Amino acid sequence: VTLSSRNHSNMLIFLTCDFQDKQYVGFATLPNQVHRKSVKKGFDFTLMVAGESGLGKSTLVNSLFLTDLYKDRKLLNAEERINQTVEITKHTVDIEEKGVKLKLTIVDTPGFGDAVNNNECWRPITDYIDQQFEQYFRDESGLNRKNILDNRVHCCLYFIPPFGHGLRPVDVEFMKALHEKVNIIPLISKADCLTPNEVKKLKDRVRDEIERFGIKVYQFPECDSDEEEEFKQMDKELKECTPFAVIGSNTVVEARGQRVRGRLYPWGIVEVENQSHCDFVKLRNMLIRSHMHDLKDVTCDVHYENYRAHCIQEMTSKLAQDNRTDSPLPLLPLPTPDVETERLIKMKDEELKRMQEMLEKMQQQMHEKDQ
Amino acid sequence: MADVGKTPVARNEKASSEFGYVGIDAILEQMRRKAMKQGFEFNIMVVGQSGLGKSTLTNTLFKSKVSRRSVMTTEEERIPKTIEIKSISHVIEEKGVRMKLTVIDTPGFGDQINNENCWQPIMKFINAQYEQYLQEEINIDRKKRISDSRVHCCIYFIPPTGHCLRPIDIEFMRHLSKVVNIVPVISKADTLTLEERDFFKQKIREDLRANEIDIYPQKEFDEDAEDRMINEKIRAMIPFAVVGSDQEYQVNGKRLLGRKTRWGTVEVENTTHCEFAYLRDLLIRTHMQNIKDITSSIYYEMYRVRRLNENNTKPNGQPAIHANGVPEHEVLSHEM
Repeated sequence: VTLSSRNHSNMLIFLTCDFQDKQYVGFATLPNQVHRKSVKKGFDFTLMVAGESGLGKSTLVNSLFLTDLYKDRKLLNAEERINQTVEITKHTVDIEEKGVKLKLTIVDTPGFGDAVNNNECWRPITDYIDQQFEQYFRDESGLNRKNILDNRVHCCLYFIPPFGHGLRPVDVEFMKALHEKVNIIPLISKADCLTPNEVKKLKDRVRDEIERFGIKVYQFPECDSDEEEEFKQMDKELKECTPFAVIGSNTVVEARGQRVRGRLYPWGIVEVENQSHCDFVKLRNMLIRSHMHDLKDVTCDVHYENYRAHCIQEMTSKLAQDNRTDSPLPLLPLPTPDVETERLIKMKDEELKRMQEMLEKMQQQMHEKDQ
Repeated sequence: MADVGKTPVARNEKASSEFGYVGIDAILEQMRRKAMKQGFEFNIMVVGQSGLGKSTLTNTLFKSKVSRRSVMTTEEERIPKTIEIKSISHVIEEKGVRMKLTVIDTPGFGDQINNENCWQPIMKFINAQYEQYLQEEINIDRKKRISDSRVHCCIYFIPPTGHCLRPIDIEFMRHLSKVVNIVPVISKADTLTLEERDFFKQKIREDLRANEIDIYPQKEFDEDAEDRMINEKIRAMIPFAVVGSDQEYQVNGKRLLGRKTRWGTVEVENTTHCEFAYLRDLLIRTHMQNIKDITSSIYYEMYRVRRLNENNTKPNGQPAIHANGVPEHEVLSHEM
């Protein structure tokens, strides 16, 4: 009998009749069982990057995930940029490491903040995030829930330019428009143009302004009291270091006898992964190694639930106004769907009818709550 | 502007993964931490006539007094007039993993003179749990983590007659295998010799096949070749012939759970004596998560689709078809 040699296989216990752990019931293997399933299925993560052109967003993404997502990119010249609007582009890449598969989606926002008049330039971005929530809401309420695709944005890295003296009005407005829809992590980009003192001053300033303007950036969850000391220490350092001052690089340089990612200047070499040079490592560790799951959780449990509650309330109030018409059409503010087959259209119709019923029930629930 | 061309070192090279390590496998550790903090839930139902050893077996499985008998106040042992459903929860912990275990007992099942439709109260209970979960799910203000009271697994106790399944067994399993994972076991198997046991098992398997009863692990839910290989081995052995005991005896210098008789001691955890250990491994050590997954992603989803479709059957009275094209078996309302 050849057994699979997967790390997480525990069929060994089943097929060899050797019970070392006689005194145990054995459900301590549950985390491993869950593990095994997740390893098979793989994970997904959607990361959005936002900020003006030229702040090093693409470079940072490539440095974080050791990918080369932007190699075929064509940069617009100044003339072309005059007429550019804010776009949303998506790049998806599958990464596998030590048997764990991650489907990473990077949502980029070229054109953000680049125009002369940047009024409401975040609108396409908030619309995009809402669309993903809406899609998920429909899928979740639908009949066939086996393979729901989760395209919701789990995290938004916002790039603050290092040249100014803190947050600019567009930074504040952007973050306020998005802080209740997505986890925002503000970053100080291109930090290699700042001295350590300047970095500290800028960070303090930005932190102050974030608090003053009431911007709710992503908060790291509190450490449990029973966590190891090392973990608690790391956690504390992480919290005191925000916003992270980062540097990215697509090039490999030779420094101190090793090949590292870095930027070569006549006056020295900046090493991306050197913690005394910048906070790149902290960002990477936080984003990927310790808080990726929490980012997804907060998106699901807080941002998405807010959206859902809001959506349902809007729908029920519309229903009350329309006196419960039979037509399912005005229920959801849907964009025109793609070309679908007859069957799919019929299925959606049935879903809408059913949702109508559900909403009637909820409306009743809400009335009861009010009384 | 410095002359970068002087130093030939920097190259626009694609730095690949062999160079460094992103660390995405750390997400498994994050998940594990979260799962450990949250704890797990498992709901197991035991069904069978009085005296087949249901309570003892559950105590043996979880090595603690979790069954109804253990928690019962000093009532007289009586057969209830109708089937009762009694649900008892305990939180047990092992190696840092916390589990809220709920044992649902069904005293009175199959004990009456007329046992027609005795499966109905049980079916009703199971559907009521699905309904409760559904209501929580469609709430506007949802809880972060909905408490899962759905029955994950139903152990059905077959008396060791040695012949074949009885009509009540077939009735019950036929109806319930459509809504819950059923694990039939041959109870009190210490009355069967090994040959009788094998013969009985074979007959049972034939009967199940003839009546198209799909017990756990169901063939159609095998996800991939690896699962199939493992599950085929299990399917060749079920139903497990079990003996339960919560008393320890000294055997060969070791203290073991067993039943002591004049002609020898039956060791519960000895696989040459009975198959309790296999049952325990299946339910707890290897397939617990899979059992829960099948309940939530298949049985619960089926219930949900049925419920949602009930609200709009087609005008000609025909039941609607599931979104995945599977027609309904019977029109079972959630209120029975």
